[in-house]
Parts: sequence; structure tokens; C-alpha cells
Amino acid sequence: MSQLSTIPKPRRNVELLLLVLALSVGIGANMLVGVDQEKAFDSDFWFQSSLLAVAALVFHVVLRIRAKYADPVILPLVVALNGLGLAMIHRLDAPGEDTGNNQLRWTLIAMAVAIAVIWFLKDHRVLRRFTYISLAVSSLLLILPLVPGISAGEILGARVWVRVGPMTFQPGEIAKITLAIFFAGYLSSNRDLILLAGRKIGPLQFPRFKDMGPMITAWLVSIGVLIFQRDLGSSVLFFGLFIVMIYVATSRVSWVVIGVALILGGGFVAAQVFSHVEVRIYGWLNAFSPDVYETGSRQVIEGLFGMANGGLVGTGLGQGRPDLVPFANSDMIIASIGEELGLIGLFAVVLMYVLLFTRGFRAALGTRDAFGKLLACGLSFAIALQCFVVIGGVTRLIPLTGLTTPFLAAGGSSLLANWIIVGLLLLISHTARGPVDTTPLPPGGAAEPAGIDTPTEAVKQA
Amino acid sequence: MSDLTITALRFGFLLLLWVLIFSIVSAMRRDLMVGRKAAAGTPTARQVRKNPDLAEAPPQPLKQQAHQLVVTEGPLKGTTIPLAASPILLGRAQEASLVLEDDYASGRHARLFPQGSRWFIEDLGSTNGTYLADQQLTRALPVELGVPVRIGKTVIELRP
Repeated sequence: MSQLSTIPKPRRNVELLLLVLALSVGIGANMLVGVDQEKAFDSDFWFQSSLLAVAALVFHVVLRIRAKYADPVILPLVVALNGLGLAMIHRLDAPGEDTGNNQLRWTLIAMAVAIAVIWFLKDHRVLRRFTYISLAVSSLLLILPLVPGISAGEILGARVWVRVGPMTFQPGEIAKITLAIFFAGYLSSNRDLILLAGRKIGPLQFPRFKDMGPMITAWLVSIGVLIFQRDLGSSVLFFGLFIVMIYVATSRVSWVVIGVALILGGGFVAAQVFSHVEVRIYGWLNAFSPDVYETGSRQVIEGLFGMANGGLVGTGLGQGRPDLVPFANSDMIIASIGEELGLIGLFAVVLMYVLLFTRGFRAALGTRDAFGKLLACGLSFAIALQCFVVIGGVTRLIPLTGLTTPFLAAGGSSLLANWIIVGLLLLISHTARGPVDTTPLPPGGAAEPAGIDTPTEAVKQA
Repeated sequence: MSDLTITALRFGFLLLLWVLIFSIVSAMRRDLMVGRKAAAGTPTARQVRKNPDLAEAPPQPLKQQAHQLVVTEGPLKGTTIPLAASPILLGRAQEASLVLEDDYASGRHARLFPQGSRWFIEDLGSTNGTYLADQQLTRALPVELGVPVRIGKTVIELRP
């Protein structure tokens, strides 16, 4: 067996090297955006660059201490994306605006929270104990924006914000993490039951009706989000997350068939009943007609014009006019990047997301517990789906919806949620790549919830 | 700043972006060669110091490697499976490497996997538990030659 001596390697030095490269991308971008506008090397530049560099290096040191076998490329990828986003937002700030520094503040908070997750959680398997608590927390987070006292009301057509003191926050962003924890915990405990029971119709084996409970719940949650919060993007995200996780858990195509049927049915009804969905779809199909341009599709069309103006190599950072597009620094940041860095730069960004996603799945493949596998799949898929929905929306492949571009777009809640996801992925990859963990779980862990039928009984009942 | 410098910086930045991506991809290359001989080799002194598990052979030159798995009790008594480099899934599920026809076993009951020169057994959250020499598993443990592992009514052993 000597060819099997798979010696786990921490590879933290590789990470440091890549991190320096990633920081030079972020800081270089920040320098370039100012080169032409007398903004280069002003106090803002030094302040932002040094803070970002220090935060990234602190994160690296924490990984050296707490999770030394964690995947070495996740952190550099995320730092590069975040740095690029910071530079772009700083560049798009009109004189007097301070979105750039606000974003930097949120970046630092988010990194601190991710560090705290790595430092105090230590082992992702602990989260399995909070399966049902996560479900309760998710519902609470999703209901919060509808509660009169704390709700920030309807902003830009969606009720997804709550007001905390002077700030607004989008609890739905955090809900995607807690929902992923719930799905992972639920599916890892009940996998056998869902898999073995059910009747066969044609080539597909359909689950029993009572096993469809969580699926119906997930569907109701996403439809509820769509109706009450008027947030099409999150609704697609939650439901997509659930379908993928159940498919990964059971490898049954029937779930995907049921899921897609439910979402198509729900979407069709929603398009008939709710004006905002209908407007979105109409505006997407007829984006270039003048009457739609005035009322709805202006944002997308100007973004397309901007990207066309950028062409293959872009206008150069700080030299285009991405600020002409409404919400150039949040919803449309991909169009801004496409305009100033061109197709070549945009593809680099897309590739960074792809690499991040593959690293998440690599961690899922490597880790040995079912809960960790499902959680890593779910979390990295959430990032991928978000990218698809946003970039697809900006490029008019699908209707534009209000999801945020992970790490790039201006917005604190999304940054916070995505950094927490990165913290969790790093922890999972630490157990995946490290030597076999022979320490027992902290007391109270891994125990199967009582009262669950054994697989044997399930088969007999079916 | 002159136009030339700005243009150079502009293309330089695009280049930098792609240098980052290619460095990341080449850093990942090692990860893709999982299980390849090139990636392993003999552990260095430093690695042995850090991972005491890897210090093999010299202290016990007579220690033999496990080459097969034998079912000694239960419905499948007498079955043997040669051990290769890949992990072995034990359970009633059809995708298991050893499909146990045992009412007391779970679908995906336990996993036997190699690390270093040893085989480890790990319970995959089974209903009735896995026992290594009459001790219920709470974590992954190394399996020595000839030590019985009990899953439901089935008992398996590693043999040289």
C-alpha cells in the first residue's frame, strides 16, 4: 500500500503567494481607477489598500493557526473578487458619495465575522445539531422584513429590508445559509428513508407523499417570498438550492422533475397573477422597444450598450462611463466591469467564480461526513446560482432579478453572508484535506434524532 | 500621465488578472492528481515528525499489510474481497462495495478506507452502530489484522 501514503499537506505558503497576487489585483485596480482622475494615490487609496491587505493577511494567519489544511485557493479568489469590487465601487462614487468606504467597512466586518466562524466553530459537524433551529431561524429571518416595526418598507419594489438603527439589512441573505444548514441536516438524517420508500411510475421512482413535506415547505417558502416580498431572485435561489441539495443527497432524477414542474407551474401562475413578474418578463422579451425602455428595461439596455462600448479589451479602468447605468455599483456591477475591463476581464471574473465553485465542490467530495458534503454542495451552489441569475440577467439571457453579485456588488448584507459561506467552506475543506480526524465529536453531536424509522421499517411500510 | 503609460497599465492589469487565474489553476493541479504515485513517494523526516502515523515499517518489520477483507460471520459468511487502493462502502444499499443482506445493517452503514499504510473504519451514522472488537465506534479508528468488525449480524476481518 505504499503508493497510498497520501500525506496531507497544509499548503499555506502557496496560499500566501496567491494572496499577494490577489491583493495586487485588488490594489492595482484601485490605483488604476484613479490614474486619470487625479484620484490616484490620494489618502483614500492608501487607506483602503492598506486596510484590505492587513485584513487579508490576518485572515491568512488565522487559517494557519486554526484550519491549516483548508483549501489554499479559496481565500485568494475571494480577496481578488472583493478587491476588484471595492475598486469599482470607489471608482463609481460621484464626488461626495461614500459608497466605497462604506463597502470597505462592510468588507472588514464580514471578514471579521468569517474569522470568528472559523475560530469558534472549529468543526462544521457541530452545525448538524442546529438542523431544526436553523429552519426556525430561517423562517424568522424571512418574516422580519414584513413585520411593521422593523421593516424598512418597500425599497425599489421589494420588501426585503429591515432597519437596524441607521442601517438597513437584508435578512434573506443570511437565511440562505441557515436554509442550507437545515436542508443538509435534514437530508443527511433522512436520506435512506427518502431513497428507499416510494412507488415506481415508469422509469422514475417517486417519493412517498409524506417524504415530500420538506419539498412542499421549500416550495411554499419560495412562493411566499415571491408574493409577500416581491423578490423573484431570492425565491428562485431558495428553491434551486433545495432541489440541488436533494438531488445530490438521493441522486434521483424524479426530484428534479418534480421540482422543475413545481417551479414552472409556480412561475407561470405568478406571471399571470402578479404584475411585477409579468412586467419583468415582458420587459425582458421586448427590451429594445421604446415604450418598454422608458418604463423598465433602461437599466439592462444601457448596461448592454456599456459592455458593447467596452468590446474585447475594455475602455480601461476609470475611463469608461459605466456611471450612466442606474445602480452601476450594485445590480449592474458586472456591466461596469464588462465596460472597463472588456470581454477579457469579464471572462477572468467569471472564471474566478467558476474556480471558487469547483473548490467548494472539491471540499464536498473530499469531506467524509454526509452533512458536510451536502452543506458544501449547497453553499457553493448558492454562490453559483446567484452568479448565474445576476450575470444572466445583466446580459439579458434571463429576466433581470434583484440578486446581488457575490463579493463584487455594493451591499453589506450580501458581503457578510458570502464571507460567512467562505468561512464555512474553508472549515469543510480543512476536514476534507486534513488527516483523518480521529477525535470524537463534542458531546451531544452526531446522534441521530430519535423517532426516525429505520430504513428496514420504511421498506416494509412502502 | 502619458497616454502610453495608461494604455500599458490597462493591458498590464488584464494580464495580471489572467496571471492570477493561471497561478491558481496551477496550484490546483496537484489536487487533481489524487492517488497518483507521483504525488506520494516516501514521507520525508519532517513529514514523519508532523504526522506520527506515517512512521511505518522500521519499528515493526514483521507487520503485514492487509490485502483482503473476509466475512467471518453472518449471511455472507466466507465472502472475501480483495483490498485495492479505494475505500470500501459497507451497507445494504446497492452502491455499496460489500452489499450486506443483513436486516440490522443500514443502507450506508460504514466505510473502510486506507490512509497512510493502515485501513480505518468509520461509521456513517448507522442505526445500529458498528463495533470494532466489541467497542462501538464513535470516530474513525484504525483496523488491525484479524480484529473483528461487527455490523448487525455480519462480522468482517482484514487478512494479509
